[in-house]
Amino acid sequence: MNILNYADAFFGDSAHWQDYDGIPVRLGEHVQYTLMALGIAAAIGLPVGLLTGHTGRGGNVLALIATSGRALPSFGLMVLMFILLGLGMAPVMIPLVVLAVPPILVTTNEAMRSLDPAPVDAARGMGMGEAQVLFRVELPTALPLILSGLRSAAIQIVSTATIAAYVSFGGLGRYIVDGLYQRDYEKVVGGATLVAGLAVATLLVFWAVARLAVSRGVRRPG
Amino acid sequence: MIRIDSVTKRYPDGTVAVDRLSLEIPDRSITVLVGPSGCGKTTTLRMINRMVEPSEGTILLDGVDIQQQPVNTLRRSMGYVIQNAGLFQHRTILDNIATVPRLLGWGKEKSRARARELMERVGLDGSLAKRYPYQLSGGQQQRVGVARALAADPPVLLMDEPFSAVDPVVRKGLQDELLRIQEELGKTIVFVTHDIDEAVKLGTMVAVMRTGGHLAQFAPPAELLTDPADAFVEDFLGADRGIRRLSFFSSAGLDLLIGPIVAVDASAEQIAAAGRAGAPYLLVVDTDGRPVGWGDPAELAAGAIDTDGLLSHGRPFTAGGDSLRAALDCAVLSPTGWAVAVDGEGRATGVVSQTSIGEAIRGAHAGRATAGTAQKVAP
Ligand SMILES: Nc1ncnc2c1ncn2[C@@H]1O[C@H](COP(=O)(O)OP(=O)(O)O)[C@@H](O)[C@H]1O
Ligand SMILES: [Mg+2]
Repeated sequence: MNILNYADAFFGDSAHWQDYDGIPVRLGEHVQYTLMALGIAAAIGLPVGLLTGHTGRGGNVLALIATSGRALPSFGLMVLMFILLGLGMAPVMIPLVVLAVPPILVTTNEAMRSLDPAPVDAARGMGMGEAQVLFRVELPTALPLILSGLRSAAIQIVSTATIAAYVSFGGLGRYIVDGLYQRDYEKVVGGATLVAGLAVATLLVFWAVARLAVSRGVRRPG
Repeated sequence: MIRIDSVTKRYPDGTVAVDRLSLEIPDRSITVLVGPSGCGKTTTLRMINRMVEPSEGTILLDGVDIQQQPVNTLRRSMGYVIQNAGLFQHRTILDNIATVPRLLGWGKEKSRARARELMERVGLDGSLAKRYPYQLSGGQQQRVGVARALAADPPVLLMDEPFSAVDPVVRKGLQDELLRIQEELGKTIVFVTHDIDEAVKLGTMVAVMRTGGHLAQFAPPAELLTDPADAFVEDFLGADRGIRRLSFFSSAGLDLLIGPIVAVDASAEQIAAAGRAGAPYLLVVDTDGRPVGWGDPAELAAGAIDTDGLLSHGRPFTAGGDSLRAALDCAVLSPTGWAVAVDGEGRATGVVSQTSIGEAIRGAHAGRATAGTAQKVAP
């Protein structure tokens, strides 16, 4: 049997489309974990990145924190959190957020720092307040890069959220973890395919958001 | 009126960019700050809209300290144009221009209508309204920058090397356009440049600054060229300031000779008479009176005029419309040493020799000039 046969068998079995362990439920859980982690990470990374980028202060400290954040192994962190905090959503969310904050924060900061200073100077010179400069000039111009930071964070969360299954949570990781345990390779391959599919769907969502939210003036060809 | 009163700017690193500068900037005219790079021009300009706060001294706007009003209110009342235009890349041309009206709370439609009006005023085609800045040439972007600064009709316009980054031909177009707009709108403009020619061309008053933020001289351009305050200013003006100064004198007072002008179909007698009019060559004109070329009187008298055998008449000058500098230039470049004067339609109105132009120049320098020294004439 090859991988395609496994996948075919997995998705062809009607039992896999029903009940609490069915594909719709697991997919829904996975999306839910992803959105939650991405939401928390963005709530931390975006304001901090925008503010440090706007003021031009604290960039070095940021880079240091971000590098250490990236160096932490997500799985190890989750196990540690599980031991410290016990069963719950926090041990799952903390590693995902730690994973996602650095790309959001660093990219946002860089996006703001690499802006052409002339329009920002012109904006102030025309009498915009600091908030207006940030939201009407800097943010819209930096948006393509900021979105790319959010996108890579989202992709990393989608693939890493599978570890939730190790601490008895749901999500698409269930199929992979259970499949390995039960030596049910149909399940393993099916789960992995779903994760990959969700990653592609995430890319599509970000592409659509960029089309809607980014001005044509800063969306250069390519 | 903007009054800069003994203003000093010391940056946190100790650099003294402007040192006890005092300057009275007259209303409704262009005042140019000019000087070598790093002499404090930008710093001076940015203190007027408080993008830089002075360390000492005060700046008064119509007699009131500019510190008296909220900083953003002050800035919205002054147009601001910078070197690379600094357009907002994410906004269309129309919305770029509408920025300050929107900040002032005008409605969207009213702001856009006003922006359209300004596009026309600065010579931008209406079809560019929905474009984005990256789709425009450097010169067009700079026009948008000027339109954006004028959008809310501020009495004051601050311009920091607005035309420095475009090529010379486009720059000349932008300068002419600015003079035309100023003619119509009469703003109080403070214009920064490092280019003395631009300063002389645009300025009603020119402030020459020297490194260290000192004022070297503050005078109308003609006076600057005639009477530089010191060696620094003289050096900064360049070697040919005498010639450039002629731009300020009209060619209206030149003694034009009409005697040496003959039509292509002139008779032998007419040619002979013209030959005695005091010029070594005769200017042949076509039946409409437009110059064709110079001919030798003896050769012309010998038979029918052969227009192919004539010497080029060179570029003519417009009598009265052009300056003495233009007239002298025509004479210097002419193969005969004589300049051809034409009217608005290009018909020859007379010829004039280098010697005669030289006399007019000496007269002008002696202060017997025609239109007076402050009157600028097209160079
Ligand atoms: N923000 C700043 N901090 C320290 N020094 C500055 C700053 N801005 C300008 N300077 C210095 O002040 C002097 C005048 O600068 P500037 O006003 O920009 O001159 P200009 O516009 O005539 O070229 C220069 O020596 C420049 O290096
Ligand atoms: Mg400067």
